[in-house]
Amino acid sequence: MSQDALIETRGLTAHYGDAQALFGIDFRLKAGEVVAIIGANGAGKSTFLKALTGLVKASRDAVRWCGRPVGSLSPAMIVRLGLAMVPEGRRLFPSLTVEENLRMGAFARRSGPWDLKRLFQLFPILEQKRRAPATALSGGQQQMVAIGRALLANPTVLLCDELSLGLAPIVIKEIYDAVPQLTREGMSLVIVEQDVGVAQRVSQRVVCFQEGRVSLEGASDALTREQISRAYFGV
Amino acid sequence: MLDTLIQGLLLGGLYALFALGLSLMFGVMRLTNTAQGDFIVLAAFAVIATVPLLAVSSWVAAVLLLPVAFGFGYALQRGVLNGTLGRDPLPSLVVTFGLSIVIQNALLEVFSADPRSLDSGGFNTRSVPLGGGLAIGALPLAIFGVALAATALLQALFDRTPLGRAFRAVSDDREIAELMGLDARHVYALATAIAFVVIGVGGALQAMRTTVAPSDGPLLLLFAFEAVIIGGMGSFWGTFAGALVLGLAQQIGFRLDPGWGIWFGHLVFLAVLVLRPHGLFPRTRG
Repeated sequence: MSQDALIETRGLTAHYGDAQALFGIDFRLKAGEVVAIIGANGAGKSTFLKALTGLVKASRDAVRWCGRPVGSLSPAMIVRLGLAMVPEGRRLFPSLTVEENLRMGAFARRSGPWDLKRLFQLFPILEQKRRAPATALSGGQQQMVAIGRALLANPTVLLCDELSLGLAPIVIKEIYDAVPQLTREGMSLVIVEQDVGVAQRVSQRVVCFQEGRVSLEGASDALTREQISRAYFGV
Repeated sequence: MLDTLIQGLLLGGLYALFALGLSLMFGVMRLTNTAQGDFIVLAAFAVIATVPLLAVSSWVAAVLLLPVAFGFGYALQRGVLNGTLGRDPLPSLVVTFGLSIVIQNALLEVFSADPRSLDSGGFNTRSVPLGGGLAIGALPLAIFGVALAATALLQALFDRTPLGRAFRAVSDDREIAELMGLDARHVYALATAIAFVVIGVGGALQAMRTTVAPSDGPLLLLFAFEAVIIGGMGSFWGTFAGALVLGLAQQIGFRLDPGWGIWFGHLVFLAVLVLRPHGLFPRTRG
């Protein structure tokens, strides 16, 4: 396995009970990179992110963090290494306020540039609504809370699972406009995205999943629509 | 009648101590501890055994055993109960039921079936005059005060501290809480540890107030369960209120006929289940 990769998987498999969801995924993420993962529903994209975070069990050597095998670690231990995730569907804590949800992101107490003050500069609406129940916010605002919660973990790698799901285009733009600022500060991102256009626009590299396997990989600005369509649908 | 109402509220204070631990464990990890009553009895007998062992008063023995209760609850959760948690509630019900049987039989073996009690140092014979010829027993008043303080502390813990935030987060969504860096197994164990401190307090005070026997556990579980259900899930103050309602119902029943006390409590419990199944003061969760 290469030493300069932040995250690397080699032959990663994953199962839900007897059903296999990932069939030998090879993947590398370098420092400062933004990689978009695309694919149809059920292709294994979210399962891949869960395997990186330990929510889905992987074999010990299948996932490496800066060369160290982490496949068998618990999510709590992997997060403390510098990984954070914005899960699909936001999944805020309904009994916590906006501020309490955000503070949960800082539970691992990693030092870094992100704190509440800075987050409120990025998403000012959250400061206005800090004492409101998190689930009382609009979809776009909840997504900001989910992103903010992950940022407060001061991660080295941020995993984002379908940030644009259920959001209006203008809200999607506002959220993705924050990505360049994150990468300028050295954060690496893995973005699972259904919208192929958005995925190509915000990333340097695109990886396409199809039925639990990588069907296409390449530079975002080099892949054609036809190539992506073939890899997406397996035709 | 005023005397009946006051006695009912004071009795409810004791029931709150029985119920708070149950409410805490269910609130954090959706675990119904069917051995709750037996653990209360176990705590009572632990204090009873410690008094002559260390040659200390019942109050000192009770305080000394609180850290032991904390450690016991933590170890029980980490070693046994964490393994029963999941979508299916049956394993935890079966395991805690098994614990109930083990505790009752162990106590029978060690202490026999004879009821025992704790010497409260004369506290149970003292009274506080209210005027107008009325007086309240000092021990029941103290128990009520302890229950009130325990409820306030638990609610403040949940609402205002990082640990309380962690409890609410793992209860809402364990998977995402772990993604924040929480070790859910440790958080669950802390919740049970705190529950067992309350159980320890309840057991010691029960044994000062009346006699305890190894077979008392199921009845105490029933009172705890009824208090939680009457009050409604999601709030310690709701549990406290439910316990007061139960205590009042029982005392009113006792007043009407000495054999009707517990039965009246069951009637009120049934009425709440039928008319307000979420309890009188539920705190809705998203």
